[in-house]
Parts: sequence; C-alpha cells; structure tokens
Amino acid sequence: MTENKKPKKEIIPVKNPMPAQDAQERARNFNEVALGYAEEIAVAEAKRCLDCKKQPCRQGCPVEVDIPAFLNLVAERDFDGAIKKIKEKNALPAVCGRVCPQESQCESYCTLGKKHDPVGVGRVERFCADWELQKGVITPSVEGSTGKNVAVIGSGPAGLTCAADLAKKGHKVTIFEALHVAGGVLMYGIPEFRLPKDVVQAEVENLKQLGVDIEVNSVVGKATTVDELLEEEGFDAVFIGTGAGLPYFMKIPGENACGVYSANEFLTRTNLMKGYKFPDWDTPIKIGSKVAVIGGGNVAMDAARTALRLGAAESWIIYRRSKEELPARAEEVEHAEEEGVKFDLLRSPVEIIADDNGWVTGLKCIKYELGEPDDSGRRRPVAIKGSEYTMDMDTVVIAIGQGPNPLVPRTTKGLELNKKGNITADLETGATSKPGVYAGGDVVTGAATVILAMGAGRKAANAIHEYLGSKK
Amino acid sequence: MFFMFKILQKRVFSPIIKEFVVEAPRVAKKCEPGQFVILRIHEEGERIPLTIADFDREKGTITIVFQEVGKTTMQLGAMEAGDYIKDFVGPLGEPSHIENFGTVVCVGGGVGIAPVHPIARALKEAGNEVIGIIGSRNKELLFWEDKMREVCSELYVTTDDGSYVRQGFVTDVLKEIVADRGKENIALVLAIGPQPMMKATCGTTKELGLKTVVSLNSVMVDGTGMCGCCRVSIGGETKFVCVDGPEFDGHDVDWAELTRRGSIFKQEEQRAIENHKCQCGCGGDK
Repeated sequence: MTENKKPKKEIIPVKNPMPAQDAQERARNFNEVALGYAEEIAVAEAKRCLDCKKQPCRQGCPVEVDIPAFLNLVAERDFDGAIKKIKEKNALPAVCGRVCPQESQCESYCTLGKKHDPVGVGRVERFCADWELQKGVITPSVEGSTGKNVAVIGSGPAGLTCAADLAKKGHKVTIFEALHVAGGVLMYGIPEFRLPKDVVQAEVENLKQLGVDIEVNSVVGKATTVDELLEEEGFDAVFIGTGAGLPYFMKIPGENACGVYSANEFLTRTNLMKGYKFPDWDTPIKIGSKVAVIGGGNVAMDAARTALRLGAAESWIIYRRSKEELPARAEEVEHAEEEGVKFDLLRSPVEIIADDNGWVTGLKCIKYELGEPDDSGRRRPVAIKGSEYTMDMDTVVIAIGQGPNPLVPRTTKGLELNKKGNITADLETGATSKPGVYAGGDVVTGAATVILAMGAGRKAANAIHEYLGSKK
Repeated sequence: MFFMFKILQKRVFSPIIKEFVVEAPRVAKKCEPGQFVILRIHEEGERIPLTIADFDREKGTITIVFQEVGKTTMQLGAMEAGDYIKDFVGPLGEPSHIENFGTVVCVGGGVGIAPVHPIARALKEAGNEVIGIIGSRNKELLFWEDKMREVCSELYVTTDDGSYVRQGFVTDVLKEIVADRGKENIALVLAIGPQPMMKATCGTTKELGLKTVVSLNSVMVDGTGMCGCCRVSIGGETKFVCVDGPEFDGHDVDWAELTRRGSIFKQEEQRAIENHKCQCGCGGDK
C-alpha cells in the first residue's frame, strides 16, 4: 500500500496569508498584530491538507493533537467538532494557535511542505479556538471524582496543561500562583500584541469551569512549601511548573545604571502591570528615544517591538552571532524588521555608559566574527580585538535568558537539581527525585517554548494519574 | 480556598502615617520579623512592598504602617476598616537573622519605627539587651513609642525639630550611647528608616567600627526575584533586595546607586499624584 493509491487531492501550493495590521501602524499600538483567518480562509486553508496516510505532522506536536482530523472537520465546516478534537489534547488552543513555533513543529513535518508551503496548522487552530471563544465555550466533561488532591505550583503553560488534564481525570486540582493573576509567562512575558491577555484569561476561565481552584498571591517556598502541601495540607501529589523566572544579567560595568532593565522587568511592567496605560494604570514604564535590547531570542524580539510601541524612536537588537543563528522564530524577526527594529549583529556589549546622575547614555560594544561550531552546533562568536565602539543609547534591556527561580527548589527537601539549578526530572514522566513530586516546563529544561512546557505538563499529568491510582 | 484581605482595624497616627491590621492568614502563619508583603489595592493598581510591622498568627492578621508618599499610599490611606485590599502577598524576603548577640541598638527613623519593632522584640526574646532609638521629623510623625518601650530595656526618642523630647538626629543619640557604653559593649546596630537616615547611621557606625544591619526598601514589581528592578550593589556584587534581602550589612551597601535607582520613576510618581488630585481646585483627591 502506498499513498499513491488514495484519491489524489488537488495541490494548493501557497499558504493563505495571515491578515495583519499594517506594520507602520501596529508598531505604535498594542493591538494584536495577526488578525486571524476569516471563516472562508480557514476552510480554504484546511482544505489544503492532503490527508496523507502517514500523518507526519502529528509527531511534531508535543501535546499530540490529531491535526489531520481537526483540519478535516474544519474543511467540512464542522467547527464544533474541530475544536472538540483539538481540545481532546490541547487545553490552550487559542494560546498555541498564536505562539507555538509551528514552523519547527507540526508544519515542519507536513507532507505538502516538502515541495510547497506547509498547511497553516497553527492559523487554523487559532481560528477554531477564537470561533469557540466568541460563541461561548462548552466545558468538556469531567470524570467522576477520584477523591485525590493535586497541587500545581505555577500557572504558566506547564501548570495550566497539567491542571486541565488532571481535572478531566477526576482529581481535585489547586493551582498556586505567586502573582495576582494566573497565566505566568503568558501574562507577564508575551506581549499583548502577540497574545491578548483577554484570550489568556478566557483559557484560564475554561480551566476553572473544569473545577480547578486557582489561588493567586500564593508564593510556594515562602507562604507554604512543597513538603507542607504534601504533609499538612492534604495534597497527594505536587506538580512544579514554576518556569524560568530569574533574569540573567551580563555582569558588565554599568548594568545597574538607571534606564537598564531586565527583559522580565521591562515586559512585566508593560504586559502584566499595563505600564503602557500609565497614568490610567498605576505602574510606570520609562522609555527613552534610543533603546538597545541585548539578545536574539523571542523575548528580545518582544522587548524590541514593545519599545517601539512605548514610543522609542529607535529600537536596536544587539546580538553576538549572525542573523542565521538568531534563536527567535523567523516570523518574530520578520515582524520586528517590518516594524522598524534595527539589528546590530555580531556585536556584544562590554560596558553600559552612564552620566553623572547614573542614567544610561551609551552602550560600548565589541565586534565579533564567527569561528568554529560550538556544543550547540552554532558557530561560536569570537571577539575581534580592538574593535570596540560606542552607540548612543538611553535605555538598555537585557534579554540574554532566564534561569529557574530558586524559591521552590531551595525549600523542598530531597529535590535533586542540576548545576544550573534546574530540577532534575524524567523527561517522559516529570518524576523528580522526590516521591509524589513531579516537575516540567522551563524549571526542568531551562527557558524553552510554551508548547514544550505544555507537553511536559501533559506527560506529568499522565504520570501523576498513574501514581495516584497506584496509591491506596 | 480564596482569601480576602480585609482591613480589620485602622489607626491614624498623623495625617500621613496610618496603621492597618489586615486579615491575611497565610502570610501571618509563616511570616517572621524582617519580611515584607506586596500589596495592590485595585485592578489598575501598582504592586508596592511594605515591611511587616507586626503579626498575629492566631488571629491570622498582619499589621502594616505606611506613610503617604505617592498615589498608591495616598489611596491606601483613604481606605477604611471593613474595606478589602485586592492583593496582599507574602511573606517575602529573608527573615532577620536573630540570635543572642549581646547588646543590640535598634534604630527606627520615621515610618521605619514600625518594621524595627518586631525585630527588636525577637532580639529581646533571644536574650539580647535591646536599646532603642526612635526619631522623626517632628512630634506629629512619631508613633509606637509605647510598643517600642515594651521591647527595649532603654528607649531614646528624638525629633529633628525638637518638638518632642529632644532635638537631634538618631545618629546624635547613637553617638552618645556608644560614648556612654563603649563600642566594645555593643554587638550590633540595626537601622531602618528613610535612606538618608540609614546612610547617615552607617556612616557613624563605620567610623566606630560597629556592625550595622539595614533593611532596604527598593522599588519592586513582583517581589519574588523575577524582575530584578530592586537590584543593588552590596560589596561590589549585585543582589536582589526582594529575595537576597531586604536586610544587608549597611557598610557594604552602595548608597549612591541605591538612591539613584530609587529615583528612576520620580517624574512618573509625581505625574501620578497630580493625575490623582481632583481637578476642580478643591485640593482633594479624585
């Protein structure tokens, strides 16, 4: 049997473009950039699926969504069926449809994509999720209560997914969130213009409909500990999904000058605290006219694009490798370029220069060239001696990565950590060195993507379900 | 389980200094002297840190004392017993290091008198002889003299303008105590108050060679080590006040940097206050 024996479908080589706000206009507002497919376009895009037999796209999805099945349902205009199919595996489709790097996951395996554009899986997924949010969400059925209690620490993508899966299996889940609102990085990190906060809160609301309790303002590691949750507060298992919330700095002179932000501070002030609405909202964010963002990942792109929206005249990405090595999604780099973000590549700052009052006035950088490939397979950047130069800047955002927040690991007895402070956990089950305690997402892997964290939350939920079943 | 953070009791010490007793059982269950909370009053509100002034584990309450300096503290001050604070999270930061040092001088300046109190009490309970110094700009701004007297074997009071007890700064009193007692008989100085007061105290004690602990009050957002907004150089190394502090060896603090970083949002804070004021000319708040 070969694929050829199936009735051949017409090949439509080009992906339907995503309608978007005009680049010049959107660079100055916080409204969502990508506007989403209209119904007709979503159906047309779904019909591009060849319905091939091997379904390679499915291996590219960390939460194992049955992609061909939901695309087929959309092609048949059964949107109810399509979203139901997606939600069998994915608790946050409106989020994933927007921020998953589909080009390196499902879409990278797409048969059509071998010669043409792959099917726009993420865009169709987003259409289905938005369609449901607009018409009102039907709560999926929940299995009968098992009488078991699970504590989930952190309400980011890993925690939300783990909580949703466990709740559907009949366990009582309580999420502990340190901030005043649930969502983790989806709320504080990813900007409104990429992921509207109303969309995140709608997904969180769906979770509450499954019976999940969310206790905000609860810092595990301070107000309570993992050990206390297990021993005193009646929880049968704990999932740790506390993410990578500890900002790295470069340890260069001038880093504590006024006008230097970690990307976390810059984005949290803007997104979570709505600094862009100051003074109607109370949290200020200060932006200069020339902003340098250090780093080349998605967080750096988010910060550089945010800077423009906050009113910066110039926003620069300073990255020590070349464009090819930028770790950010190609789409994000493209969006940033369209909006006018400038790139100074193969450069790295050596000093932040400040005036007598301590305010940033410039950035001293050194030029790099690419040498031999390093452990990551990328060519190692090598500094060019004597190539230092200074750029005038009045705001600097450090976006070189984040580590795990130590509050939970430090206060949990018998929890094994690696050298970087990440929790050591089985990547297939999330099991840690401590019985009944599971972990997943960035706190295990280091900073990665929303969908990988969700995949880890899913696997841990399965393992916790099994563990609870084996427990008397 | 959802907690509401009800203001159970309000006391007005002066038109700008107020005390709240707040229902916050999770915080009260675990907090120790030296730790702080972060609160937010309403949906559009900012998150501000306040050091815990007292706690009652049985009643599940936290006491905070604050001075109205910005829009948020002004709005907070306008709240009454029976009102609810939207968000109230803690305990945050590391507790004070408490052991039997010997003789400890606890210095509280202005609204800093409040957080000094539970630390002085814990030091006394640990067997220390606790000498207290409290000071404020004037008599009206002084509070908790009675509470401090209960936990100190000796308590000295001073006002900048001499409107109460004596005229002078807390550093003047401290110098006199050290001269009287001998510096070898004082193990530790704890100073909490406005930055200029803590800096001046550290200047005095550095000359005298007296180890001094201060509690820093930086600008914060999350208070859990996530944003780094509160970072400060301590002995040349960058530390986060929220998770590494708030207490540090005062002689290691880069005071100039701390002051600069504390003023980053001064213009915005001023704008927020102006925006908050009623536009009709009555002089009241919106």
